[in-house]
Parts: sequence; structure tokens; C-alpha cells
Amino acid sequence: MRPTDFTLAGAVAALAEGAISAEELTRAHVDATLSLNPKINALITVTAEQAMDAARASDARRARGEAGPLEGIPLAIKDLFCTEGVQTTAGSKILEGFVPPYESTVTSQLKRDGAVFLGKANLDEFAMGSSNLTSAYGGVLNPWSRRNDPDARLVPGGSSGGSAAAVAARMVLGATGTDTGGSIRQPAAFCGIAGIKPTYGRCSRFGIVAYASSLDQAGPFARTVEDCAILLRSMAGFDPKDSTSADRPVPDFAAACGRSVKGLRIGVPREYHIDGMPPEIERLWRQGLDWLRDAGAEIVDISLPHAQYALPTYYIVAPAEASSNLARYDGVRFGKRVTEAGSDLRDLYERTRAAGFGPEVRRRIMIGTYVLSAGYYDAYYLKAQKVRALIARDFREAWGKVDAILAPATPSAAFAEGENSDDPVQMYLNDVFTVTANLAGLPGLSVPAGLDPQGLPLGLQVLGRPFDEETVFAVGTTLERAADFKHLPGMRAGA
Amino acid sequence: MSLDTATVRRVAALARIRLEEDEVARVQGELNGILGWIEQLQAVDTDGVEPMSGGTPEGIAAMPLRDDVVTDGGQAAKILANAPDREGEYFGVPKVVE
Repeated sequence: MRPTDFTLAGAVAALAEGAISAEELTRAHVDATLSLNPKINALITVTAEQAMDAARASDARRARGEAGPLEGIPLAIKDLFCTEGVQTTAGSKILEGFVPPYESTVTSQLKRDGAVFLGKANLDEFAMGSSNLTSAYGGVLNPWSRRNDPDARLVPGGSSGGSAAAVAARMVLGATGTDTGGSIRQPAAFCGIAGIKPTYGRCSRFGIVAYASSLDQAGPFARTVEDCAILLRSMAGFDPKDSTSADRPVPDFAAACGRSVKGLRIGVPREYHIDGMPPEIERLWRQGLDWLRDAGAEIVDISLPHAQYALPTYYIVAPAEASSNLARYDGVRFGKRVTEAGSDLRDLYERTRAAGFGPEVRRRIMIGTYVLSAGYYDAYYLKAQKVRALIARDFREAWGKVDAILAPATPSAAFAEGENSDDPVQMYLNDVFTVTANLAGLPGLSVPAGLDPQGLPLGLQVLGRPFDEETVFAVGTTLERAADFKHLPGMRAGA
Repeated sequence: MSLDTATVRRVAALARIRLEEDEVARVQGELNGILGWIEQLQAVDTDGVEPMSGGTPEGIAAMPLRDDVVTDGGQAAKILANAPDREGEYFGVPKVVE
């Protein structure tokens, strides 16, 4: 078996049995990365040498009997997580060359458990986008292609597009992402892999470049649901450095993957049948419900009456928080600085931010600045916070009737570069099924479940109660087993 | 609500983002497109609804308090390592006070 064909769980077992060393496993993934990354552009920074050193250190730990749960597993890290001594750009020119003097909590926990980092994954600038095309380091090529138009350059989704593409192309066994409005679940669906945004507060946000602090959550990507569960256990947990991280025990998520869904009540939100949804998405959704019914679950119609307002609510709340969070990029303490002869401090700020931020980031900062400005705060920001409360209340009421919710992950399969790009609002509609979970703080998992007529992957999404990722994993594994998704992208290690 | 060009310039100034004259019309169009779309929220009845201001799903959790003691510090060299300009143990900026 080719080392890049392992699942993460399979690699953990093979390493434990001594069937392969961390050095061999990492070497295979480094080789795959060096050969595929120039085409796919999934990683902004490849840390091949550090990875090989880390792999040898991992083998030494194992020899001493000190193997952690992720000992020797090669991962990609979204370039939004600060990594000590390794450039962290957030996909922005304004942070080019920034080398964090500290490590994010999530990545430090992955290292603690033995993981090997292959590099920093490409992303939409400051995680603002659904295509990876707002990255200052170029777009990422989706490893899948259309059957009838194989030359079309498809996007991997976003914002965690590099993470998803790297996992799909078998450059790594798993990756970290962050999800503010769908940035894990949409690229997972576009790239035919699994990805989960856990409950808000499950993972520490310390050391993750902030976009919208009340919505941002870290989560894993992998090629199976169980692999995501294994990664999440290492990533999650209380952190005194993040006052919003939840002080509660972290369950053995992988153990929950084997649970039966018999007797579970699965909700189908009436409002998610949106106008103009492609028939293959409707079909896949119905198929998913049939699979769960066959496994003994009960299907229950529910209503989330305010879900239709989730996107406009998000596009007030997220830019407002972003305008505040991104105020720190001022050309003084780190990152890019742009001045002209005779620039005063204010001119330094304005030139630095105009040159350092791309158009979508500037747009969102300006929207956020406007909705928070005197005279408009109540009409926009306060109003959005109230509608957000209603969206969260709809879910609380639904949890009285159901144990989990099934919905599509995205309203379409991966689109090509250039499509959806004329109008920012058209691009925003990509997150129509995912954004509600961020506003309500709920866990959401995307599972590859079928193909569209062009042979592109489509995902189903499972939503759960706060801090009940275990039920989400159980439902996700049931769908995965029934779907038996064996399709592979054309561009991958060994192809 | 539609932004006029003066408001677009004012918002850019508040955000400390330099806006060239030839960009104003385009930015105005984009911002008004987004704000027009957001306007649909005004149709939602939110009378008596408490705003949700954090991400915690069960409502606003009490922020934990720790002892008010120094837990960190003494690492000026690390903090200054990424500075675009510095003078000794200080960040360097253009002269602010005459």
C-alpha cells in the first residue's frame, strides 16, 4: 500500500505496529507535496526539512515508548494559525514575512500529540471568501475536474481551500481549518472530503488570526469522518488563554463514530428547500434521509423560520467584528509598512492598509466600520444581533423535537475560477446552508455523499446540539458508510 | 439607506484605508450593493428580543475571571522582532509631536 493512501486511523495503526516509520510516512507525503504543490498551490509555505526532522524525532519518541495519539502523522496547518518560527500570512500581503514568536493553542496540542507539520495551507485573505481566490498568494486548484470540461480550473472552496485541497490530493493525512461562515464545511464538500466545525468554544482561538471572534472556530479536515474525530480530540479543550473556550471535558469522539443512529430523530428544515437549488442537491438530500431512515432513525420535519435571514445577519456581524479585529494591522508593530516621503502617522496607517489589504478585506472592513458608526449602530449592528438571537432560538426549539439535523452542505458543486465573481453578494450565497451553525454556535459536519452530473463531489451536512459532536459523528459515519464514497480526484499522490 | 460619496470617503477615513479619487465610485457601488441586500433584515420583527452578542450557544456565559497578577512579560526582543522599524526597545513611527 502506498503510504499516501492510508487513512489517518490506518496510518496510526501501521505506525504502532511498526509496519512503517514516521520518517517513511512523512517522506512519502513530502514527495507528494513537492510534486503536486506547484500545480495545486495548496500550501503557501512548505516546511519539508522541518517535517523530516520532526518525523525522525517522532520515531525516537516512539522508540522510547512515548508515542502520542497522533505520533508521526503528517498534517497541513491553515496559514491562519500562528506557528512559532514559521511564517504566518493569513493569506494577506500585510502579514508577508511575519514570523510568530509563539504557537497557537490548537497547533501546540497537535504537536504535543506527535503530529508532523508539512506546511502552511493557502486560504482566502483573512479567511474572507468562499473560493480561495482572495488569497494574496494565488488561488488553489481543486484536485477534482469536470467530466465534460476537464480544463476548467475549479476552486477548492474557501476560506480553508488549501487545507481541503491538500487532504483531497493526498499531500497530507489531515489538516486544520477554521470556519466562520462555512469555511471548513464548504471546501470539504467541494473537495470530496470530511470536515467539521465543532461547537463554538470547543477549540481555543488563542493564536488564530482573528476574523470574527464570535463566529470563528477551528476544526479538522480528513478523508474520513473517524479521522476528523481523531484530530478533533487533539485540537479541542479548555484554554485559559481564550476566555470563550469551554471548560468541559473532551470526549473520545472517535468512539462515538461507531454509535448506532437507531431511534435518533433527524430534523429536515423546511426553509432549506431554497429556490433554484440544483435537482442533484435535492436528490442527494433525500437520499441521505433514506439512508438514515434505513439505519433506524426517525425523520422529522422542522421549521427554522429565521434561517432565511442568516446570510444578511452574518454580513453585518462578521464585518463589524472584522473591522475591529483588523485594526491592529497598522504598519507599526508587525507586517507590512508603506510610507512616502513626509508621511505622518495617519498617512502611514492609510497607505499601509490600502496596499496591504486586498479588495474583499477592504470591502468588509468598510462595511463593518459603517454598521458600527455613530447613527447606524442600532439600525444595522444591534438589529443583526437581535436577528441572530432569533436564529439561535429557532434551533433551541428544534432541539426539543430532534437530535440532529440533515441538510446539504452547499447549494452547488465546486465552481470554476471567474464564476460568481462579478457580484460579492452572489459569492456570499455559497454559505447559505452553513452560516446558521456559526451564528447559533452549533457543531456542523460535512460528509462526501455523492457526485453531480459532472462527476464532482457533493456533501451532506449534519448539525447537532451544542457540545454534542458525538451524535454528529455517529450520524456522519452512518451516512459515510451508506454512501460508500470511493471516488477519487484526478489530481492526487500516485495518480 | 444608500451611501453618498462623502460618506464613502468618511468611512474609509474612519477605517484608515486610503481611497484614491478614482476608486470612490466603484467602492460606493459595491458597498451600496451589499447594504441594499442587508436591508431585508429590517423586515424582521425583533421587538423585545435581547441581542446575542457572543458566540456561546447557550447565551452569554459569564466571563471567567482570573487573579489580577502579571503572568507574562519580559520579552521585548520577541515582541520587536517583527517590527518594520524600531529604536532601541521601542517601535519606530514618524514624528507625532512637534
